[in-house]
Amino acid sequence: MELSGAEIVVQCLKDAGVEYVFGYPGGAVLHIYDAIFKQEDVRHILVRHEQGAAHAADGYARATGKPGVVLVTSGPGATNAVTGIATAYMDSIPMVVLTGQVPTPFIGSDAFQEVDTVGITRPCVKHNFLVKDVHDLAETMAKAFYIATSGRPGPVVVDIPKDVTDPNIKIPYSYPKRIKMRSYNPVTKGHPGQIKRAVDVILNAERPVVYAGGGVILDDASKYLIELAKLTNMPVTHTLMGLGAFPASDRQFIGMLGMHGTYEANMSMHEADVLVAVGARFDDRVTGKIEQFCPDATIIHIDIDPSSISKNVRVDIPIVGPVRAVLRDMVKVVEGHKKKPKKDALKAWWARIDGWRAVNCLKYDRNSALIKPQYAVETLHKVTKGDAYVCSDVGQHQMFAAQFYGFDKPRRWINSGGLGTMGFGLPAAMGVKIAHPKAEVALVTGEASIQMCIQELATCKQHDLPVKIMLLNNGYMGMVRQWQEFFYDSRYSHSYVDALPDFVHLAESFGHVGMKIEKPGDLEGAMKEAFGMKDRLVFMDVIVDPAENVYPMIEAGKGHHEMYLPPDSELV
Amino acid sequence: MRHIISILMENEAGALSRVAGLFSARGYNIETLTVAPTEDPSLSRLTLVTRGSDDIIEQIKKQLNKLIDVVKLLDLSEGPHVEREMMLIKVKAEKTGREEAKRMADIFRANIIDVTDVSYVIELTGSSRKLDAFISAIDEANIVEVVRSGPTGIARGAKGLTL
Repeated sequence: MELSGAEIVVQCLKDAGVEYVFGYPGGAVLHIYDAIFKQEDVRHILVRHEQGAAHAADGYARATGKPGVVLVTSGPGATNAVTGIATAYMDSIPMVVLTGQVPTPFIGSDAFQEVDTVGITRPCVKHNFLVKDVHDLAETMAKAFYIATSGRPGPVVVDIPKDVTDPNIKIPYSYPKRIKMRSYNPVTKGHPGQIKRAVDVILNAERPVVYAGGGVILDDASKYLIELAKLTNMPVTHTLMGLGAFPASDRQFIGMLGMHGTYEANMSMHEADVLVAVGARFDDRVTGKIEQFCPDATIIHIDIDPSSISKNVRVDIPIVGPVRAVLRDMVKVVEGHKKKPKKDALKAWWARIDGWRAVNCLKYDRNSALIKPQYAVETLHKVTKGDAYVCSDVGQHQMFAAQFYGFDKPRRWINSGGLGTMGFGLPAAMGVKIAHPKAEVALVTGEASIQMCIQELATCKQHDLPVKIMLLNNGYMGMVRQWQEFFYDSRYSHSYVDALPDFVHLAESFGHVGMKIEKPGDLEGAMKEAFGMKDRLVFMDVIVDPAENVYPMIEAGKGHHEMYLPPDSELV
Repeated sequence: MRHIISILMENEAGALSRVAGLFSARGYNIETLTVAPTEDPSLSRLTLVTRGSDDIIEQIKKQLNKLIDVVKLLDLSEGPHVEREMMLIKVKAEKTGREEAKRMADIFRANIIDVTDVSYVIELTGSSRKLDAFISAIDEANIVEVVRSGPTGIARGAKGLTL
């Protein structure tokens, strides 16, 4: 088969099993767009801004586990995508980003729409390539997919100069069946000796805690995480990225940990004698003050990335390997072990945890005349029967969604954890809806975040993506306002979002349905109505209490035992 | 502590900037860096000298290994090894200074590789400390220019850092 470079790009996508490409055309990728026009296997989703393309591909990847694919032009096309690429990189999301580049003879000449894409993206990709010869194109594309999806996943950029995709130069094509790279060999199994050591420590534990992160979701390891926790009766806490890997409705789930984690999760961490960290990376929002982090615990850390081990916190028993394979092996070792978990000690440990639980750290005023954002998220859970894909932007609404939705399944909670990218939510929700057209896809957002990528409402219309948007509108950049209230004596410097648009009319002008909801009593009915409109995007502008804060809260740089709890909480 | 790390990497455009970028992005210290192709033209050998606590050095090695282009890595400081650095130093060589510069080159077993009626270029190879010693042995006022390669090194014994 003889193909041009542009045709090779599209054929490689097909051979890599890609169904959707999120993109925006421009000069340097016109040959590729022409090749896309001539086929129907790979569907192109036209966004309204390249950042939206990257987030949409990212949302698609998070919801499916398959790599998200982005196609943008050179120069501003590539730079606009950078925020989306960095977002995916921080959360280890598999993505292949194809960027157009000026023709090879023009590289370095400051040509029109030229930018050093490989240089700009280098610190926020797992790897990147500049393809200078059409003969290298197929192999490079195959490598990009292999690198993006194997080991610790991440985004890979392939920068393709326009002359490489010349439709008039045809060369023989074949897609490499297997990729082998001498410089890249991700581990496929954990060390049996380390696994045995870890199990010995777990079975001797009196106050164990499992601290599980996004790695469990990325490696589809929920099944084995649940099995291990059930066999050993260990409490499980999740990072923001891990939510859903262990069912929130299970008694052994003690909530999210960290800055806005539950009292019971953070206190358990502080008092634990054994910590089992699984696919988590000891982020500063999780650890708080490093010197006070899990002061008494023997730390076991399972991670595919050796550089995550002992990066922030010194680990006692590292296990480098894919989370799923390691957990599976651990389950086997526990089952075959002559020792059983310490029943009495665990009973006492659970009694203490239940004591912390009784503090009810997520309580809020249920009799408020204003809609409380927590109530809005709980209502969303009720109306969607806890089975929706919930996307979010970044800020207070994100924390409320994380705390109150109660995710029982993996890949249902889609948010920008590491980079904290406002504007992520709407395009990500589009990607999720494309992946799961029959499922309910909700976006919980704020009036500041949504405006950062609001142009994607048009994409939703064009491609018929009926996501349900629940805007928790408090008129402020809520999280900024909260920090200013706590740490800057309520000097609300530029956190008030004046001159808000009328979101109902805005949604309608894009061809969608808009709703404004102001009273707690109206919320459930309105939400049912919204979710009843199966084929319409409904934009719910929910006016919430502007003064509500996210509790519990650990101030940056403080220990897990130093939490702000909701006002009038009583410690036990 | 000072560490000398030897890296075999794919000889591809941009590979060096991945290493350099890693050090600046993560705030690691990089003292010297030398790089050249090996006998296998598809591979480059890179030698760098860095400083840091044991934890930092461990992270540096892990992060370097994580780079897709890095094929193999060895911390030479962990075992017996030899290190050499080359220096070219241009000194004033006039009147009595001319004799003195020649004498100093002989003492350090350096070679004079360029001569004018007012200057010498002296070539000296050895450990970085020997090069330091030579510089301090010469009157500072007579030094015109110093060029150092940065150290490169190899492990002792029969085994090599190869594929």
